[in-house]
Amino acid sequence: MVQLTMAKAITAGLTRAMDGNEHVVTIGQDIGRLGGVFRITDGLQERFGARRVMDSPLAEAGIVGTALGMAQRGYVPVCEIQFDGFVFPAFDQIVNQVSRLRFRTQGRITAPIVIRLPYGGNVGSIEHHGESPEAYFTPTPGLRIVTPSTPVDAYELIQQAVASPDPVIVLEPKRLYHSLKGEVDLDAPASGELDRARVVRLGTEITLMGYGPMMSTLLSAAKVLADEGHSAEVVDLRSIAPIDWVTVEASARKTGRVVVAHEAPRTSGVGAELAARIQERCFFALEAPVLRVTGLDMPYPPSRVETDYVPSVDRVLQAVDRALAY
Amino acid sequence: MTATNAWTPRIVGPASEPPDDPFAGEPADGIETVQLLDPDARPRRHHTYSPQLTVDEVREAYRTMFLSRRLDTEGTNLQRQGQLALWAPAKGQEAAQIGAISALRATDMVYPSYRELSMVMHRGLDPIGVFQIMRGITHATWDVEAHRMGVFAFVVGAQTLQAVGYGMGITLDGSDEVVLACLGDGATSEGHVNEALNFAAVYRAPVIFLVQNNQYAISVPTAQQFRGAPAARAAGFGMPGVRVDGNDLFAVHAVVAEAAARARAGEGPTLVEAMTYRIGAHTTADDPTRYRTRAEEDLWVGRDPLVRTERWLREQGTTDDWFTGLAAEADEVATDLRARVLALEPQGITDLYDFVLAEPSAALAEEREQVAAYIAGLEGR
Repeated sequence: MVQLTMAKAITAGLTRAMDGNEHVVTIGQDIGRLGGVFRITDGLQERFGARRVMDSPLAEAGIVGTALGMAQRGYVPVCEIQFDGFVFPAFDQIVNQVSRLRFRTQGRITAPIVIRLPYGGNVGSIEHHGESPEAYFTPTPGLRIVTPSTPVDAYELIQQAVASPDPVIVLEPKRLYHSLKGEVDLDAPASGELDRARVVRLGTEITLMGYGPMMSTLLSAAKVLADEGHSAEVVDLRSIAPIDWVTVEASARKTGRVVVAHEAPRTSGVGAELAARIQERCFFALEAPVLRVTGLDMPYPPSRVETDYVPSVDRVLQAVDRALAY
Repeated sequence: MTATNAWTPRIVGPASEPPDDPFAGEPADGIETVQLLDPDARPRRHHTYSPQLTVDEVREAYRTMFLSRRLDTEGTNLQRQGQLALWAPAKGQEAAQIGAISALRATDMVYPSYRELSMVMHRGLDPIGVFQIMRGITHATWDVEAHRMGVFAFVVGAQTLQAVGYGMGITLDGSDEVVLACLGDGATSEGHVNEALNFAAVYRAPVIFLVQNNQYAISVPTAQQFRGAPAARAAGFGMPGVRVDGNDLFAVHAVVAEAAARARAGEGPTLVEAMTYRIGAHTTADDPTRYRTRAEEDLWVGRDPLVRTERWLREQGTTDDWFTGLAAEADEVATDLRARVLALEPQGITDLYDFVLAEPSAALAEEREQVAAYIAGLEGR
C-alpha cells in the first residue's frame, strides 16, 4: 500500500498497463518531455521511449483519428486530450468513427482505444478549462464512459479501460488530480468490471448519487446529514455509459428518495437519464421525486463565479431537505 | 503611407550568421526569411521589400511594444501572486504583433488568438480587458465592432475560420477592408485551420494569416509538429506564403502591408510566417525548463525585438530623455492597472443569464429565479 494522489495513481496505472502489454501506446499533446499539462504521463517517455509515448501535433481529431487507425493495426492507443473544452474537434472521430467501428463491421473490428479527458470545474481557470462535456458523449451507443472519484479507483479504472476491447473515455476529475490522496495497492489485480457502480456509504433514508468530482461533495453532505440524524446512502456510478442499473435501482428502492448530482448542465444530462429510469422502474418504491443538483443551463461561467455554478454541499442539502419533506 | 522622414537603408552586405540560424537568409528548408533590420540593428537590403515606417511611426510602435511588455510582466506577477487565473506571456513577440497591426487601417478587422495584448493596446483598448479575462471576471469584454478587435480565442485555431468568413462578408459587401487572422505555429496542425486556409483561397477572401511561429506548441518544437513549414504550405493552398523575421518590426510591417494591399485589390489571402520566440512560458502553468535549453533562450533573448528597435531609434536620434520618460510612463500605467485589476469584481451569476439567449426563454427565467432565491437564502443566513 502506498499513498498516492489521483494524478500519481493514474500515472501508476498507465505505467502498469504499458508494462503489461507492449502494444499499448500513448499519444497526445505535450505528453512526452513535458509529461502532459497535468504531468499524468510524467516519466513515461523516459521509461517507454518516444515510439510508445508520442508527442502529437496540436490536433485533437488527429490524435483520436490516428489512434483509431493504430487500433486497427493491433495497437492499444491511450489518447490524452488536454482539457474538456478542447475535445470537440475530435467529436466526429469519437461519435461517428470510434463508437461505431464494431457495429459497422458486425463485430469484426473492435476499437480498443482509451481517451483520457480531464474534466470538471472549480479549478479557477479560464474559458474551456472547467467544463463537463459528458452529456455530449453519453447518448452515443458504442462508447464506454467511466470516471474515478478516488486514487485507487483511478488506478483500477485506467487499467481496466486499457484492457477493455471497447473504446473507453476516461473522464478524469482534474480538481482532484493533486488534491486528493489515498491508499493504493499497486500489486492488486485490476480485474473488476468496468461498468459497476459502488455504494460508498450505506444509508437508509435517502440516496445521494453522482460520479467523479461530485463524490467528495456528496460524501460531505452525507456526513452533515448524519450529524443531523439522517441516514444517507451514497452511490458512486463510476461508469456513466453504460450505467449499472442494478445497483442504482437497488439503492433507490431501498431508500425511496434519490438526489442526483453532476457539474454538467441540468438539461439532458446524466441526471435526467437517472431520474427517468428510476421513476420508470422504481415508481412504487419512491417517497419523493428524484431531484437533480447540477450545473446551470448556461455556458460555464468565468471562474470568479464558478462556485455558484458547480453544485455545493449546501445545494445538495437543500435538495435533500426537499426530498425528505415529501 | 506618406513618409515625411522615411528611413533610407544603408547596405551592409550579406548575412554571416551560422547556417542553422533561421535569420541567416537561407534556413535549412530553403525558404527565405525577409529581414530589413538585423538583431544588431543593422539595416538589410531586400529585393522585394523595403522599410515603410517613419521615425515617428517607429517611436509610436516601440511605445506600444514597451508598454505592453511592462503589462505582460505585470500579468505574470499578478498570476504568481494569486490574482489571476492564468497569464499567457507574449514577451518576445511584440514586433510580430505590432509590425502586423500597424500595417493595417484602423477599420480592418483583427481576429486574435490569446496572446495579442500589444495588438489590443494598439487599437486603443484599455488593456484591463485582457486582465478581466485572465482574472476570471468575464470571458470577453471589449467592444469588438468599435475597435475592430475580435475576442480572444482559446480553442486553438477556431478563430481562423471566422476570420475567413468575415472576409467573405467584406467581399460580398464590395468593401476594401482586410482581415488579420492571428494564429501560432501549433494551430497550423488543427483541421479547422487548414479548412480556413482553403476557404480563404477558394473565395479569395481578403485575409492575412499571421502565423506567429514562436517555435513551440507548449512543449513541442516545430520540428515535431510539421515537416512542411507554414510559409511553404501556403502555396499548396493556392496563396502566397512569406516568411519574415518576426522580431524585425520593419520587415513584418512591410510584408503585411504588401499582403494587405493585395487583399484590398481583390487578389486574395496571404500567409505570413513570422519567425519569433516566446521568451517566457506558454502560460504561467507551464515549465519550459522541461523542454528547452537556457542556451536556446539566451540566443533568442539576443534577438529581442525591443532591444533592436530601441537601438535603431537611438541611432536615428531619439534621446535618452524620451526612453526615460517612456519607462516612467510604463511604471505609471502598470501601477494604475494593477490597482484596477485588484478592484475588479465579477458580475453575479444570475446576471449571466442575460447572455445565454437573445430572445426570452421561460425555462431560463425560471432557473434564474431559483438560483437568485437560493443565493438570497444563503446571504440571509
